[in-house]
Amino acid sequence: MKFDTPAQTNPIDKMVVVGRAVDRIDGPLKTTGTATYAYEHREAVNPAYGWVIGSAIAKGSFRWLNLNEVRAAPGVIAVVTAQEAGPLGKGDFNTAKLLGGPDVDHYHQAIGVVVAETLEQARAAAALARVEYARAEGQFDLVKALDTAAVVGDNGKPASPEIVGTFDAAFAAAPVKLDAEYTTPDHSHAMMEPFASIAVWNGDELTVWTSHQLIDWGRSDLAKMLNIPKDKVRFLSPYIGGGFGGKLWVRADAVLAALGAKAAGRAVKVALPRPFMMNNSTHRPATRQRIRIGARQDGTITAIGHESGSGDLPGGSPETATGQTKLLYAGANRLTALRLAVLDLPEGNAMRAPGEAPGMMALEIAMDEMAEKLGMDPVAFRIKNDTQVDPARPERRFSQRQLVRCLTEGAERFVWSRRNPKPGQTRDGRWLTGLGVAAAFRNHMSGTSAARVHLDADGKVAVETDMTDIGTGSYTIIAQTAAEMMGVPLDAVTVKLGSSEFPVSVGSGGQWGAANSTAGVYAACVRLREAIAQKLGFDPASALFEGGFVRSGNRSARLGEAAAQGRLTGEDKIEYGTLGKTWQLSTFGAHFVEVGVDAYTGVTRLRRMLAVCAAGRIINPKSARSQVIGAMTMGVGSALMEELVVDKRFGFFVNHDLASYEVPVHADIPHQDVIFLDEADDKANPMKAKGVGELGLCGVGAAVANAIYNATGVRIRDYPLTLDKYLDKLPPLV
Amino acid sequence: MKAFTYERAKDPLAAARAVAGRPGAKFIAGGTNLLDLMKIEVEVPTHLVDVQDLPFDKIEQTPQGGVRIGALVTNTDLAADPRIRRDYAVLSRAIVAGASGQLRNKASTAGNLLQRTRCPYFYDTNMACNKRKPGSGCAAIGGFSRQLGVIGVSKSCIATFPGDMPVALRLLDALVETVDPQGKTRAIPIADFHRLWGDHPEMETVLAPGELITAVTLPAPIGGKHYYEKVRDRASYAFALVSVAAVIQPDGSGRVAFGGVAPKPWRVEAAEALLPQGAAAVTAKAFAGATPSKDNAFKLPLATRALASVIAQSKA
Repeated sequence: MKFDTPAQTNPIDKMVVVGRAVDRIDGPLKTTGTATYAYEHREAVNPAYGWVIGSAIAKGSFRWLNLNEVRAAPGVIAVVTAQEAGPLGKGDFNTAKLLGGPDVDHYHQAIGVVVAETLEQARAAAALARVEYARAEGQFDLVKALDTAAVVGDNGKPASPEIVGTFDAAFAAAPVKLDAEYTTPDHSHAMMEPFASIAVWNGDELTVWTSHQLIDWGRSDLAKMLNIPKDKVRFLSPYIGGGFGGKLWVRADAVLAALGAKAAGRAVKVALPRPFMMNNSTHRPATRQRIRIGARQDGTITAIGHESGSGDLPGGSPETATGQTKLLYAGANRLTALRLAVLDLPEGNAMRAPGEAPGMMALEIAMDEMAEKLGMDPVAFRIKNDTQVDPARPERRFSQRQLVRCLTEGAERFVWSRRNPKPGQTRDGRWLTGLGVAAAFRNHMSGTSAARVHLDADGKVAVETDMTDIGTGSYTIIAQTAAEMMGVPLDAVTVKLGSSEFPVSVGSGGQWGAANSTAGVYAACVRLREAIAQKLGFDPASALFEGGFVRSGNRSARLGEAAAQGRLTGEDKIEYGTLGKTWQLSTFGAHFVEVGVDAYTGVTRLRRMLAVCAAGRIINPKSARSQVIGAMTMGVGSALMEELVVDKRFGFFVNHDLASYEVPVHADIPHQDVIFLDEADDKANPMKAKGVGELGLCGVGAAVANAIYNATGVRIRDYPLTLDKYLDKLPPLV
Repeated sequence: MKAFTYERAKDPLAAARAVAGRPGAKFIAGGTNLLDLMKIEVEVPTHLVDVQDLPFDKIEQTPQGGVRIGALVTNTDLAADPRIRRDYAVLSRAIVAGASGQLRNKASTAGNLLQRTRCPYFYDTNMACNKRKPGSGCAAIGGFSRQLGVIGVSKSCIATFPGDMPVALRLLDALVETVDPQGKTRAIPIADFHRLWGDHPEMETVLAPGELITAVTLPAPIGGKHYYEKVRDRASYAFALVSVAAVIQPDGSGRVAFGGVAPKPWRVEAAEALLPQGAAAVTAKAFAGATPSKDNAFKLPLATRALASVIAQSKA
């Protein structure tokens, strides 16, 4: 189904099942521990266990000193290093090799795997390995590396700054100006389920159970790395314990499980231990951002500039932290630029809302600072500079943009009027309290997505697509979509996901999964409805599917009758035309935060949080709310504590476990409110839905920072906002 | 993890002898710290002597009016004990400020005293660490030291003792009771129990090989208002940047000990005598000669501010 004109009224609009806050259908499996995660599949019989050896240096080369001793250790079946593996192909999505040797590209890069009868034997044998390293000089200091970094485009290729109008002159002439630098640190996905895979070969055919967000990308890349045809790889990921973008790419666990299984001649399981994950895998790169805003006294922005620098391994790409600044606020004169430095740290790559997450952390502090310079309320300043068109190409309107309503409704609900515009004035006992606001913005992306839907004689519907559920609720919203389309109750639908045997979906990432994968199911259901109508002799255009029946005129038949002679199947995909070019498809929101800062110790504790989101039709308000409150929690982490600390001498992230890389715990998170504006975006897809899971993160960090400023009068521009950065600026003790 | 052998001790003397008699042997109780370290091969015991069946799980009155806490009393049980909550509230508060409910259910009183530093370089076996591998150097010096020690540290090691409970025990003048492989018992004042690192950061306590902790005793209650102020980056399940254990008497005198700053719970009696003069006077004395790094210099003003908050609360 080609989606190239705005959606008309369609069966989803009935919203009998879609739009309902139903419980997740996979919930009982999760809560009883019976959902099978990557390491737990039992179809692979008699598996052996692989233990990955990681590089102890960040850059240089190495040689093995005693592999025979490792091979001779109790229980060892095989040892695979780059030498045994032979030349591996290069996947499309990875920058660094997943098996290093003899050269090393980053700390904890995998350099081998030991396969043994038990996990304990593999681990003990791996610890026997002695390796002689030759350390080479590396660049680990982003500040230094950016000195000579070139301007690049989003893809990392050389480019020029993007300029609209005449930025420099307009900024110079603006009566009110801000020119400030902001930094965000490297972030780790730190998802609950580690990277894990089980691999087994049957002749030249490979089956891999793994934890992966996008089956088709994973399958293609793994086949490329192993130099085998893609159709020889069966790639399965039915349940995933979180990914946040870290599981968009094949990692060492899958490759080494496959190589280990080949060498061992049987199934091999490989999981990455937690302390290994931060340096072995990808992370959100640190940024240094410069923001310049010029405005007239009345608050009209006349110039807005945003430059961001980040680093990556050679051949890598930048953190696209300036993207939202092209679209979020009006302003005739604009400049955005990305710089990319070469670093020898582990590979930087996508993490939840790549680009917008760190970009909004900086931009939305800058907006707060600018509002103060103008003597304006920060909500009013944002509203003043709202735009309904793409500022660089005014002929492109936003398909739907309710940022102003998000801000005004949020302000009312949060009682924003209680905020004292003068910072550092409000006390609650020992606590300095303050309120902060930030806009939320994240683009909506469209992507081809296919599905297959079956109808059986008992009236039951079964959906198959290689879409994944990374904890987001995909199973449930896909079932809701099929139930709505076929006119059956939710429990008449079964959903199978996460297998390369199913039609290729858009996968989970970039908050594109929910809207596009359900649109693919919609397309397949349209096909199935046609097949059913035809079978029953009904006119497909006028047939109504409801209550388990199909009706046309005064005729009616049980749905299952159509499949009385055998299963009926509809398969199709949603594909997109140029609507996304004609219209700008984005999602909007507003975050409101109240904090208390301990006047003595500087400890910050959140008191209240509110997110108002405008993201098209919300398919399931319950799972969408879970996405948003999870994202808000992640935003608190990035505001207050999350930082991969770089040791610039040795070139690695020092705090590489969950004790030292702190993410929020329950005690850090206060009451969270989420409001979804009632929307339906007919330019997006037949579901009229857009993404929401990343919108909930974008802007949260800045809202917290702005609230801390309002509480204390101390402006911190370097995340995370830990107390050591402002302790000496707090009011003196009495 | 390296392969190891395991036994369950039937009585204290047998346990002490089992450890003393085998190089590389260690006691295990709750295992909340040891097992984590074994998995990453920071600890590589060849033999574990499990002491959890020993009869050390009681909290009893002492003839002197204090309490004797068995070495195996869990952190959860100790923190919840009505006598502890009534008479030694600082201890109860320090315990619940540490770890998580699950860990406190498993962690023992003796084990808490023996927990190892959380210095990230100690945890990464690719890095030099004099504590883990004597003589290899200290990668933390000149590295990421935000969490590390500001006083009592040495050129060999700048790690901290990470615990909360022992800070309160230090404040309360606890005694650590032990039995050695010869059956000899002794009571070690907690002030002497942990060593400063000096040139031998691998030696963390004064315990002799095989010497087994049997109990911790507290003297009679000292009255006063009890505080445990723990400052950290997140609200729970994090080690202290700085913690302050304090008992403040109605006249403004009292006791103060600090956590998260030194190789041991940091209490300077001459400093706490200055409590009536305010927090800054106390910390100036307590932290005289401190050698912070750029990363952790904030701990000094933070200690003053945390103590000031305690003093303010005591006057409220």
